[in-house]
Amino acid sequence: MVDFGGWDMPVQYRGLIEEHMAVRTGVGIFDVSHMGDIQLRGPNSLAAVQKLLMNDASKLQIGQAHYSAMLYPNGTFVDDVVLHKLGENDYLIVINAGTREKDVQWVRKTIGGMGGLHITDVSDYYTQIAIQGPKAQATLQKLTPVDLWPIKNYWFTWGQVCGLHNVLIARTGYTGEDGFEIYVPADEATSARVWAEVLAAGEEFGAIPCGLGARNTLRLEASMALYGHEISDELNVWEANLGRYCKMDKGVDFVGREALAEVQASGGPAKRLVGLEMVERGIGRDGYAVYAVNGGEKIGEITSGSPGPFVKKNIALAYVPVSYVEVGTEVAVEVRGQMVKAVVVPTPFYKRAKSTTGAGAVAAAPVITAPLS
Amino acid sequence: MSYPETYKYAKSHEWLLMEGDAATIGITDYAQSSLGDIVFVELPKIGQEIAAGATFGSVESVKAVSDLYSPVGGVVTEVNAALNDAPDTINTAANETWIIKLAVEDKSGEGALLDAAGYEKFVAEETGH
Repeated sequence: MVDFGGWDMPVQYRGLIEEHMAVRTGVGIFDVSHMGDIQLRGPNSLAAVQKLLMNDASKLQIGQAHYSAMLYPNGTFVDDVVLHKLGENDYLIVINAGTREKDVQWVRKTIGGMGGLHITDVSDYYTQIAIQGPKAQATLQKLTPVDLWPIKNYWFTWGQVCGLHNVLIARTGYTGEDGFEIYVPADEATSARVWAEVLAAGEEFGAIPCGLGARNTLRLEASMALYGHEISDELNVWEANLGRYCKMDKGVDFVGREALAEVQASGGPAKRLVGLEMVERGIGRDGYAVYAVNGGEKIGEITSGSPGPFVKKNIALAYVPVSYVEVGTEVAVEVRGQMVKAVVVPTPFYKRAKSTTGAGAVAAAPVITAPLS
Repeated sequence: MSYPETYKYAKSHEWLLMEGDAATIGITDYAQSSLGDIVFVELPKIGQEIAAGATFGSVESVKAVSDLYSPVGGVVTEVNAALNDAPDTINTAANETWIIKLAVEDKSGEGALLDAAGYEKFVAEETGH
């Protein structure tokens, strides 16, 4: 054995599977301060966001967030983001760490010329801690007087956390599980104290620190895209199956819209992202080739593949021609020189049961009908 | 981490127990710890000829896949088939969990193997602590 794949903290703390299972069954804590944050303020901020991002920000209320993306003019991805509406004319875009400099430059280049707009890279002001899992609310509730239950999925509020004032508390995450992300001042002493207090608060629920390894397998089970894998500057929105977050009819000619409209007009994309489940023994991993069955030709490539610790199957996301995207289609994955059978399955591989916490649960609860008389 | 004195160690992180012309091979405690949760072991077939220094299988954790190398050449006499169902035994007992046994024909690689103290030093240098 030679290559250990550059393992280092915090890829794992206690063990990837243990961390993954803690998030699915209890609570896990992630240090995600590597994520970047860009704040847009000023009277033109909505117009700027609408031009910059593919989702329809005019639908957001103050205190609400949604998934979106910055596109190049050809409809491929600069980055995927979560947009938060902090106030009238005040937006926070949460971006990926690895693309931060490129993203900030792109934002300045694309909308920097608009008047009535302040663009600030606030990445270094915040430490972002993610508390994820069915016991996330119970954990965080011990540290804040803010009533967390009414915060719906992809909504946020501000309040006191660990004695710190005005902390942004968002019901967001990247695990496919219920949970929160909190944004605390980035100085080391404060970050370390909050981290320790969150872990201590979660102890009774089995909280453990979780690394990037578990973060990756959790998001893969939930079929959430990772930049450089499922999305990149070579893949467009239709190919990546992210059309539900792309509002072609929002009334603004956002960057990338024209190219995406052309792809639609010419019959749609030639390839698309699908979920694969390995049928035979073998693990399909990032970059492995996908073939038509029975010695057929190479048709595509896995973008993310791994054992799914909770679903207990070897799963992968892969790009294949649209003639292969139907659920049940058999393909083969070349696993270290051998062809291993796999099948196209529905995504996500894992979907949590309807939440029993959060105001979202009210809408999901069964309607009790009053007796007629 | 523990490295039994009775074993020889390869720089590719396998341990070998040499008993005459028979070799028993597993991976080291350091290897299992570095890999993390092991979920899959690819084993050779009994009777398969393995050249000295060649790969004879692989070990996969959730995150990574690593080739297994045999420092000595020979014919596979036994494989630990229990690893098909319980690959994580390697995590809990790397030193006690053998992967293959060989009837050794080519011992040319044996000279490059380290003893327990030498391997421990090698790992310390590789990890920088």
